[in-house]
Amino acid sequence: MTAENIANPKTTAPKIIVRDLNFYYGDFRALKDINLSITEKMVTAFIGPSGCGKSTLLRTFNRMYQLYPKQKATGEILLDGANILDKKQDLNMLRAKIGMVFQKPTPFPMSIYDNIAFGVKLCESLNKNDMDERVEWALRKAALWTEAKDKLKQSGTSLSGGQQQRLCIARAIAVKPQVLLLDEPTSALDPISTAHIEKLIDELKEDFTIVIVTHNMQQAARVSDYTAYMYLGDLIEFGDTSTVFTNPKRKETEDYITGRFG
Amino acid sequence: MPMFLREASLKRHTVLDLLFRNLTRVSAFGVLVLLAAIIGSLVVGSMPTIRAFGFGFLTSSDWDPVNDQFGALIPIVGTLVTSAIALLIAIPVSFGIAIFLTELSPRVLRRPLGVAIELLAGIPSIIYGMWGLFVFAPLFAEHVEPWLNDHIGTMPYIGPFFSGPPMGIGMLAAGIILAIMVIPFIASVMRDVFEVVPTLLKESAYGLGATTWEVMWKVVLPYTKIGVVGGIMLGLGRALGETMAVTFVIGNAHELSKSLLMPGNSIASALANEFTEAYGELYTSALIELGLILFFITFVVLSLARYMLYKLGQREGQAS
Repeated sequence: MTAENIANPKTTAPKIIVRDLNFYYGDFRALKDINLSITEKMVTAFIGPSGCGKSTLLRTFNRMYQLYPKQKATGEILLDGANILDKKQDLNMLRAKIGMVFQKPTPFPMSIYDNIAFGVKLCESLNKNDMDERVEWALRKAALWTEAKDKLKQSGTSLSGGQQQRLCIARAIAVKPQVLLLDEPTSALDPISTAHIEKLIDELKEDFTIVIVTHNMQQAARVSDYTAYMYLGDLIEFGDTSTVFTNPKRKETEDYITGRFG
Repeated sequence: MPMFLREASLKRHTVLDLLFRNLTRVSAFGVLVLLAAIIGSLVVGSMPTIRAFGFGFLTSSDWDPVNDQFGALIPIVGTLVTSAIALLIAIPVSFGIAIFLTELSPRVLRRPLGVAIELLAGIPSIIYGMWGLFVFAPLFAEHVEPWLNDHIGTMPYIGPFFSGPPMGIGMLAAGIILAIMVIPFIASVMRDVFEVVPTLLKESAYGLGATTWEVMWKVVLPYTKIGVVGGIMLGLGRALGETMAVTFVIGNAHELSKSLLMPGNSIASALANEFTEAYGELYTSALIELGLILFFITFVVLSLARYMLYKLGQREGQAS
């Protein structure tokens, strides 16, 4: 991987910049003045104990919180310089640009093919051939093509848990988003499926900016380039994964990472 | 002797368990016996007309008690048409109610609206019938039917169905009243099944940029299709068998007319109206055979629903 990275030098441009972000569940302030930037085509991990706000932060990036009344965010989240918290931001357009994969596999009750085509049909009108190609492309990207190519017409729910999660990743990238949000994508999977997904994340960052929330610190260390440690709604430390894990600046981070806390 | 006591109590448990199992078995088979008995008595009761008219009973629109000529075509058509109208109106409205209640309604409104719908389901059908006859039918005759005559009645193909004297009562009015009656059933079942759809599944669809409509139509509805079809069947079952409300507004005329504005008759309302005045073996038997036909229609409808679900499952790709 590193050899490839050198062969294709990446930009270090920030894809998402978060400025003074506060988030409220009713009166409860779940995120406190968060400032950070997500680098393009890199993997950024959010770690921290349960309830620290890492998932909440992730869900502000595609404004998923908007589905629920009484949840609101203040501050700025700039995607390529444009504030996505702006009221004028078109939500469907935003979510086509920022894909998301959840804690549990959520195949739609339809065939594997239709699962992938679902999101694509929402924002593009492709003819049969182009759609076939897009489905194959997405499945190949998600490393599911060889397993699924003979049963595209079968229900998405007929796949195993790990395959279902890769199907969900394929479904998210089929729309060709710029950013991929992964909310504890392997928490419901066995170790082998988890390894599959982690390898996949490594490959996907060639094309996508990835933000991953994880409970598993080893996972963060393995897959991410940058790590943010959060605690009780505060961003405690943010930096290069190698620095955060080997030479944390803050005592709290060190305690969490070494397992003395959490 | 503790050992002995334990054995005795174990033995007693075995006996009780056996008794319990057989009791449940008897209850379950009791249903089957009851069903067979009802079908049996309906068949026996309708033998005179079956012998006299054969299958002609189903296709004849004669209904002449004086000359002992009977045919079931008019009530069959009336039952099917009014139920179809009811579902045509009730399904989309119920879907809308259920979407609003589960996805869009502010939290404070959900409970009162839900309770209102359940209350609507609890109103006795005679009240719907009276309301239909005294309130709805006059309004319908004065405001809606003339409009239908003028605007839709003049169209090619569908025109004849919507032209006729504006009397208020008739097949269309009966269908609309039935729709109002079955909406609470279908809507509350739909709401219940929509509520159990996993949040993550909906969020996944929203996360791909789907609108509320797309999420409901393309993800939630397929996910809940068994429950939704079940709710529709519940409504259809009520519509097919509804007696009092239909009797009030359908007009109870043994006439076959193309126009939905004309009075007609349904199986259930024919039975309710005519049983008291049925004299002679053949007349009574004709009514019993109507009952048998209603039973059969319900059975066919339920089977069709099962078949439809099976086909939907196949298309989705569950069966490989």
